[in-house]
Amino acid sequence: MQVEYIGAFNIVLGVIARFWPVWLGLALVMGASFSYKKRLGLYGQLFDSGVGIVGVGICLFWLFTAIFASTVAPFDPLSQVPIMKDALPGGIEPISKLIYYFGGDKLARDVFSRMVYGSQIVLIIAPAATGFALMVGITLGLPAGYYGGRIDTVLSFLANLVLAFPVILLFYLLVTPGIMDTPIPYAMAGLFFLFPIIFFSVLFWTRYKNRPDRLYILLGLTLVLGGWVYAGLVFDADPFKVIHIDPNQLNIFVAVVFASSPGVFRIVRGLVMDIKTRDYVAAAQTRGESPWYIMLWEILPNARGPLIVDACLRIGYTTILLGTLGYFGLGLAPESPDWGTAIKDASRLLRSFIHPALPPTIALMSFVLGLNLLADSLREQSMKD
Amino acid sequence: MLSFVIRRLGTMALTMLCLTMIVFFLINLEPNLKKLAISQTEMHTSAEQLESWLVNHGYRQNFFVRYGQWLGVLPKQPVTDPATGKPTQRFSFCNDPLEPKFSGVLEGDFGCSTKFKTNVASKLFPALGATGILMLCVLAVMVPISLLIGILAGMREGSRTDRTLSVASIASTATPEYVSGVIFTVIFASWLGWLNGSAASASQGITFYNFTLPVMTLAIYGIGYIARMTRASMVEVMTQQYIRTARLKGLSFGSVVVKHALRNALIAPFTVIMLQFPWLLTGVVIVEVMFRYQGFGYTLVEAAGNNDIDLLLGCSLVSVFIVLITQLISDVGYAFLNPRIRVQ
Repeated sequence: MQVEYIGAFNIVLGVIARFWPVWLGLALVMGASFSYKKRLGLYGQLFDSGVGIVGVGICLFWLFTAIFASTVAPFDPLSQVPIMKDALPGGIEPISKLIYYFGGDKLARDVFSRMVYGSQIVLIIAPAATGFALMVGITLGLPAGYYGGRIDTVLSFLANLVLAFPVILLFYLLVTPGIMDTPIPYAMAGLFFLFPIIFFSVLFWTRYKNRPDRLYILLGLTLVLGGWVYAGLVFDADPFKVIHIDPNQLNIFVAVVFASSPGVFRIVRGLVMDIKTRDYVAAAQTRGESPWYIMLWEILPNARGPLIVDACLRIGYTTILLGTLGYFGLGLAPESPDWGTAIKDASRLLRSFIHPALPPTIALMSFVLGLNLLADSLREQSMKD
Repeated sequence: MLSFVIRRLGTMALTMLCLTMIVFFLINLEPNLKKLAISQTEMHTSAEQLESWLVNHGYRQNFFVRYGQWLGVLPKQPVTDPATGKPTQRFSFCNDPLEPKFSGVLEGDFGCSTKFKTNVASKLFPALGATGILMLCVLAVMVPISLLIGILAGMREGSRTDRTLSVASIASTATPEYVSGVIFTVIFASWLGWLNGSAASASQGITFYNFTLPVMTLAIYGIGYIARMTRASMVEVMTQQYIRTARLKGLSFGSVVVKHALRNALIAPFTVIMLQFPWLLTGVVIVEVMFRYQGFGYTLVEAAGNNDIDLLLGCSLVSVFIVLITQLISDVGYAFLNPRIRVQ
């Protein structure tokens, strides 16, 4: 049986048509943001520059692709149709008459669908890992910068220790199948996932110490929600079976958080050392506010600009890290559709077929580019103020 | 200044000690030792045989004793052959001592590679040499191009050149090595056929044909970053009073840029270039694996993949040393280049 092909023009049209929910979502969000941009603060200002619009557009594009992946992708990312092995772009699958827009890979899976589903993995792990890294970095960086002295020396030494590790070596040591038999990843997860709970508890405690009515609600909410997520992620013991994470994904997650939190720590520490000399901090100290109140409610809000920019860049960097992990076949399952693994599989066969290699590379590149453009225009806007 | 450097060297030694201990601990975890024993013995060996292999080769000694032996502060003991009761070498392919002897990293003995069946030193240092050549080529390409882009962009802030070059540098920082490597291979090797998609033959002789792709791939990721830093530094310098004075004196724009601005604008990029080395290290691993170039990164991946304990320790020692020494050089060099900064 021969595979029939459609032309290049039809491929382009078909791909654009497959993305229809994404275009719809993009149009709605972009239109709404554009018309209300005056009232949206920093986010609204992004729409003043071309770079900002492109950055937001690319990021939203991949966000919607991840959300609507099952609608956009014509095939299951793992299903194999033997006749489509190494099919060129535009091949028509004979049974369902659906099209392999970007061709098939060496295991006869649809490259287009894998690229679309790959976005889900990246867009879940990268922002979440960045979020945790921010929590860890902020919670440790604030006291290091504010108190200085011995706390600072010890924490900075530890941070430099991790930063002196070449990332790739760290991953080869921390993300191996063998390490899952030891308690190390779970101990590290247990430690890192504690930080958000500590952070929010201290945040609410310092603010509403004298208003028990608010305090108990917020603190209770933090502890219940945080404890629930904590139990699900670290011990895999969520009583409602909602929150669950595969051991190898937990391993990757922990390794990525571990690798990127020292960077956040250094930035926060530097910012705090700068901001703590300001007058409003001295005013708060004179009022007799507690140190943690000053750190969390006086210094942190004033450090948010650089931190938001850094978070954007860091999500992009985490995406690159995830790709590196996939490229070396560490952690993620070998059949996983994430972009790094797809690039690894395709780059081994570049001599014979190039079409499976291009979609994941371009996807990864465009997503990171979008985040970098976003960060760049955020930085420019916040410098204007 | 001298006390600063000495203090930094002390911190560096402490950091290296801590890091090697962590690496030592992680490589010697039980699953990793099992994997090593399985790969070193014949297929289908029983659990007892694996255990006896580990005992016979000295892997069951106390953790700190073994770390001390590796470091060279405790004497390395020869293993006794269970059949004859005589001391024998741990591995026949390395010259392990037959009597107790201090022979660790501090004495210059990096141990024994179980994967390549040779001394770590005789595997690691040629590989480092090969990577050194690659790094030199990369720096020779990356530094001039990125400085040029940065200066051109920062010369007139907000101009069309500035915006184009800035977006281009952002795009290049968004392209990790494994992405640009694939794209370049597709364009230059598969499509145009100008260059070789593999650098395996570069070990015999480096040619333009087999070495350009790895160098290009490694350089492109760094170019954007250094160019952006240079641009920021250039923009700052161009707003200084002395630049305005020079312009008002009637000097031409070109001569102001070359004679007054350039020198001051190149101080910050120096630090950035030095701090690029740790990043280049990760890039080297990716590029060497992708283009099959037998250098340091390739050795590291082979060592990690086969759980080659001594070789991996040697690799991590070297890479950590590179990271720390470049940090030191960048700090000291910055103080030298910028007399306004005094290190305490």
